[in-house]
Amino acid sequence: MRIVVDYDLCESNALCLTAAPEVFEVRDDDFLYVLQDEPSEELRAKVEEAVRRCPKQAIVIEG
Amino acid sequence: MSLDRIVIVGASLAGLRAAEELRARGHEGVITVVGDEPHRPYDRPPLSKQVLTGAKPPESTTLAVAAGSIDDLGLEWRLGESATGLDLADRSVLLGGGERLAFDGLVIATGATPRRLPGTDHLEGVHTLRSLDDSIAIRAALAAGPRRVVVVGAGFIGAEVAASTRSLGIEVSLIEALAVPLERSLGPEMGAVVADLHRDHGVDVHLGVGVVLIEGSDRVERIRLSDGSVLEVDLVVVGIGVSPNTEWLEGSGLTLDNGIVCDATCLAAPGVVAAGDVARWPNERFDEVMRVEHWDNAIEMGEHAARTLLGDATPYTPVPWFWSDQYDRKIQLAGLASPDDIVEVVSGRLEDRRFVAFYGRAGRIVGVLGMNQPAKVMRWRSLVETGASWSDALAVAAATD
Ligand SMILES: Cc1cc2nc3c(=O)[nH]c(=O)nc-3n(C[C@H](O)[C@H](O)[C@H](O)COP(=O)(O)OP(=O)(O)OC[C@H]3O[C@@H](n4cnc5c(N)ncnc54)[C@H](O)[C@@H]3O)c2cc1C
Ligand code: SF4
Repeated sequence: MRIVVDYDLCESNALCLTAAPEVFEVRDDDFLYVLQDEPSEELRAKVEEAVRRCPKQAIVIEG
Repeated sequence: MSLDRIVIVGASLAGLRAAEELRARGHEGVITVVGDEPHRPYDRPPLSKQVLTGAKPPESTTLAVAAGSIDDLGLEWRLGESATGLDLADRSVLLGGGERLAFDGLVIATGATPRRLPGTDHLEGVHTLRSLDDSIAIRAALAAGPRRVVVVGAGFIGAEVAASTRSLGIEVSLIEALAVPLERSLGPEMGAVVADLHRDHGVDVHLGVGVVLIEGSDRVERIRLSDGSVLEVDLVVVGIGVSPNTEWLEGSGLTLDNGIVCDATCLAAPGVVAAGDVARWPNERFDEVMRVEHWDNAIEMGEHAARTLLGDATPYTPVPWFWSDQYDRKIQLAGLASPDDIVEVVSGRLEDRRFVAFYGRAGRIVGVLGMNQPAKVMRWRSLVETGASWSDALAVAAATD
């Protein structure tokens, strides 16, 4: 599983990080950081939830 | 109880997320989704923002699913059809055409409909905004180059329509009966910040003023306001709130009171759950019965209701969250806010329109409001989650700002 964020869409709403804090972080500069580009399979459900909760549909899972 | 056939009424955000969760939890039976709009589920927030300004084409609002494509969910779509009744004894949903759809489990996610101004139904040029078709119609009216657009009601939808219209360079008047915009949602102090934001962008803001009459023969021509002023206008957008879509459930035996009344787990009757804008439930976290008209709640509650239907019933206790985009400002609220709460700015300054404010009641923090401060809203949202005392919350904010 690979995570791709479209940074043109992302508005740092930071909802993804409540769903998958292991993978996403919005820092004090209000930018989103992906902590793991290829998280392990156990995190799939959480990452899928992050995809659903992103108000901008900015996150895509490949693979 | 075996759940071979699940019916979902309402083919939008809450309904789709419920369907996804049912499949994710291994439900393999038939799922039929009934929706009275002709469209597959689409996303509403862009309708008052990028679709109005033209930044996003209407087709781009179609909702995606997290894994694969929406067709992988194997849903039976009944689009362009409305549910007209519910027979709990027979366990079926009645469709407009007279057909009965039998179910073992039912998800109700019929959302809400905008209230209209009385006496304007015959007038062209008076719009409400809820659906994709509404947004396309307003967009076309804006493209025709109106001299002035009057927005009636400065709630979130009205404020966003005013902002989107202004950003196209069109003259806008914003009429609000209360003393400030968003007063019911954010209280007087923060509402005043939003009023100034609109004034600075050249919106003609009328506060504490009601609409007396909208005049015109076939098309709207002018609006008379309670302060005596008269506005010449060729396009009116009305955003005076919504009513939950429960009419089709009258007499069904479900409890209806400003929405479908559910228990703490989203259950409205045995085998019947409700979610999204149409549902009211006791949120045990805040000890309050609420109906939440926010995007994020439609998702979370849709998913929660699906789990309840499958037998995994736990109390639904979210910290509500929403955002609103107006001009270059992003307003976000985690938790609750009401005009009676105490409000304190804990970071930034109101004048800069970049700040965070806390809302408190009964000695506890209940809400975190941010303007252009997404990271801090999310950081301090946990204070609401843990039910921190007001003084602890202020201390944490001071220490971690
Ligand atoms: C213009 C606009 C902008 C918004 N912007 C934001 C924002 O920035 N931030 C935010 O947090 N929230 C925003 N929201 C709110 C958010 O979109 C809603 O909370 C969300 O759409 C609720 O989802 P739902 O599925 O509960 O209801 P809805 O999306 O209203 O869907 C209900 C569906 O059920 C259908 N239906 C109704 N009755 C029947 C029937 N009897 N039979 C069959 N079908 C029926 C309806 O036609 C509709 O398609 C916005 C809403 C609008 C309209
Ligand atoms: S939820 Fe979406 S928009 Fe928000 S920070 Fe995450 S990717 Fe960006």
